[in-house]
Amino acid sequence: MLIAVLSGFIVAALAPWVFRLAGGRTGWVLGLLPAALTVYFATWVPQIAAGDPEVIVYPWIPGLDINMSFLVDGLSLLFALLISLIGTFIVIYAGGYLAGHRDLPRFYVVILAFMASMLGLVLADNLIAMFVFWELTSITSYLLIGFSHEEEKSRKCALQGLLVTVAGGLALLAGLILLATVAGSYEFSEILAGESLGEHSAYGGILLLILLGTFTKSAQVPFHFWLPNAMAAPTPVSAYLHSATMVKAGVYLMARLHPTLGDTNAWLITLGLIGAITMFTGTVMAVRSTEIKRVLAYSTVMALGTLTMLLGIGTEGAIIAMIAFLLAHSLYKGALFLVAGALDHETGTKDITKMGGLARAMPWTMVFASIAALSLAGIPPLFGFVAKELMFEAALGAAWLAPVLTVLAVASAMLVVAIAGIVAIRPFHGPRKATPKEPHEASWAMLLGPIVLGSLGLAFGLVPVLADSLFVQAGVAAVYGEEVDFYLSLWHGINLPLLLSLVSLAGGIFIYLNWDGVRERLARTSVIDRFGMERGYDKAMRGLERLADWQTRVLQNGYMRNYLYTILIATVVLVGYTLFGRYGLAPPLTAVDGLPHELLIAALLVVAAVFVASTHSRLGAVASLGIVGFSVALIYVLFSAPDLGITQVLIETLTVILLVLVLFRLPDFVDFSSTRDRLRDLVVGGLVGLTFFFLVLFAIDVQYFDPISQYFVEESVPGGKGRNIVNVILVDFRALDTLGEIYVLALAAIGVYAMVKLRAEDRH
Amino acid sequence: MGGSLILQTAARALLPLLLLLSVFLLLRGHDEPGGGFIAGLVASSAFALYVFAYDAATSRRLLTVDSRTMMGVGLLLGALAGLPAMFRGEAYLAAQWWDVSLGPISLNTPLIFDIGVYLVVIGTVMTIVFALAEAEEN
Repeated sequence: MLIAVLSGFIVAALAPWVFRLAGGRTGWVLGLLPAALTVYFATWVPQIAAGDPEVIVYPWIPGLDINMSFLVDGLSLLFALLISLIGTFIVIYAGGYLAGHRDLPRFYVVILAFMASMLGLVLADNLIAMFVFWELTSITSYLLIGFSHEEEKSRKCALQGLLVTVAGGLALLAGLILLATVAGSYEFSEILAGESLGEHSAYGGILLLILLGTFTKSAQVPFHFWLPNAMAAPTPVSAYLHSATMVKAGVYLMARLHPTLGDTNAWLITLGLIGAITMFTGTVMAVRSTEIKRVLAYSTVMALGTLTMLLGIGTEGAIIAMIAFLLAHSLYKGALFLVAGALDHETGTKDITKMGGLARAMPWTMVFASIAALSLAGIPPLFGFVAKELMFEAALGAAWLAPVLTVLAVASAMLVVAIAGIVAIRPFHGPRKATPKEPHEASWAMLLGPIVLGSLGLAFGLVPVLADSLFVQAGVAAVYGEEVDFYLSLWHGINLPLLLSLVSLAGGIFIYLNWDGVRERLARTSVIDRFGMERGYDKAMRGLERLADWQTRVLQNGYMRNYLYTILIATVVLVGYTLFGRYGLAPPLTAVDGLPHELLIAALLVVAAVFVASTHSRLGAVASLGIVGFSVALIYVLFSAPDLGITQVLIETLTVILLVLVLFRLPDFVDFSSTRDRLRDLVVGGLVGLTFFFLVLFAIDVQYFDPISQYFVEESVPGGKGRNIVNVILVDFRALDTLGEIYVLALAAIGVYAMVKLRAEDRH
Repeated sequence: MGGSLILQTAARALLPLLLLLSVFLLLRGHDEPGGGFIAGLVASSAFALYVFAYDAATSRRLLTVDSRTMMGVGLLLGALAGLPAMFRGEAYLAAQWWDVSLGPISLNTPLIFDIGVYLVVIGTVMTIVFALAEAEEN
């Protein structure tokens, strides 16, 4: 299992070399990986369908008890299968769609890495592992939306998607940690085995934080705006990430946690209502758009809303509907997106109103587009019909929310029928329109996906028991928390859901026939956009920029004195606080017992330091700074530290040399600072001096641990084979420190060099 | 630039002496006061003195190797000195002693490491001094 999940990352790393070898056939070669994964996951189906989930554990960080564990049950297996199956077609498809694109190898790298992350996300049993994969999908999604990175629009959209999902991701992380703390485990399998948390006092917080994560990821109102913008990505990406897989991650997580979090009114209201509103918003926006990918993107928003709503309702029937709808949607939407890409690729336009009569030029595309669209519209005998009937039934059974949800569901279903017509009838039939490119049938690489996915939708519709026994039963058991006895069928008899289906079909056909008029009328609602979330996002971004600007101006103000003040005052406050807080104000002052010559040096130090601070002559300041340094060196020598003494003398010499070199470059000495400034400096300087004075006094007195110096003294000759302890420490005992220090030295030199040379170049 | 005749004469006499002293300090550092850092500082003050007495270009010629290259070589030596220990299964930078000696000097990784420090110090100081001096001369 670990290999199955990680293989995507490994192959992703090798993809550029594969591309060098296989060239135009890379798609078919790399497609072997997801195909093999599909087969691998398919071998799990019998065990899972028999109702026997499994947890697989690999130690990851054994010291911290963190495991890389995977949970294979009906829900995760269904997702894993969809991810690898659709992934296969996407990789092959991209070879045709992006043929000859100069960044194609990069595309393969990221899309395979994404696939692996997505597999990890749905299969992970550990919350933290799941979260890591979750963020990886956000990052790979960012790279894929911004694939055409030369275009500003696509960069902007990529950033928007990233920020919205990652902001939600942060909330999610907090929610997951809270959840794990409350439930007492970081493993899904253990949390799910425990009891529901509906009564717990932290439930509200957990629900809010996790839903922020899942709603942003799954583009629920009011966070739905990023998804249509994500269509800036190449079509294979939109088909894969922003329709079939990544955006369903939020739905996945909500479904995963349904048994633990799902039996409260708060859950029902938030998921049920927001899901229904998202569903309806998605369909309205879809009918309003003319760009084929935007239409499909908004219909994906609809689907995500539907899934969320069904999860919110949470009854047996709703969960069955949810799993069935999930399966149906992944199949038809994947196919439709691939068809959209083929249309765009062959005609050179994405605008549906500019397409027409393409059936003759692209017959196969037309056939499979129609099959997928029939499933989307929910027309028998496609699997989409089964799912839609179940959805109506669930909405009708949604306790006291039933009236609202049913109305929204029927209205949405109507619009969905219209959408199906818009994407699958409009471009192919009617009079032939001139397109930027002369259209002809898409290549096999681009047809394979729609053919297989469309046919699966048809097969599951004709023989619902196939979908039922293989996937839906086990999926429902995982989400509902217990085995549910049911069977899917195409014909439920004449009942209310069938009637609603007929109503929505009739309404949908009417809307489709009057699409141009409806669109015009809906266009007037664009006033809403001005107050929508996207405006909010833009405002937030501008605010963020202003904040960054402001804090940079405050913190990085470019004045040396301000940096020094910050450093010094922070030191005084922090050290002083700790020092006096812990030891009081009475330092262990003992009588001074220095020898006369020591006192003399100390006095010299003080006089020289005062002179440095008060002199008006630069050379005088440098010279007396030298006196300070040499006096310190003398102290080292007096207290038998010859190495330190020598080093200090040499450093002082070199400092004076450097200062003299710089001194010539400075303008004439002018006294800029007022008396007030100088007084302030005096106070700050005095405080720093006092703090360190006390610090040293206390440090002599306080001894938490045995000093290590004794060890060095003893080990220097036997262990380090040297009598100069300082040197043995530098080059042997603590050589790694020294290595770090010489790197810092070199860096400093490069910094100075760059500064001096760059300024010299500026002047030329 | 160019200093007085006295300074120039003194620098020419002092340079070899200071360099000898620096090598002496470097090699005896493990047992007596000295070591790569101190030795590097002594050597760089010798070259810095030359910059004052003559000019940066003359001093550069005397150094023969670019000071930046010297820095790089020193860092490389320091980092490489840690490797032999790993071949013996010990921790990176654990000292290794070989039974090879040239009179009083024996070959060992701390010495190689110290030579690395020596070169980095000279390289660092001279890079800065040259940069400042040349900016001044222009």
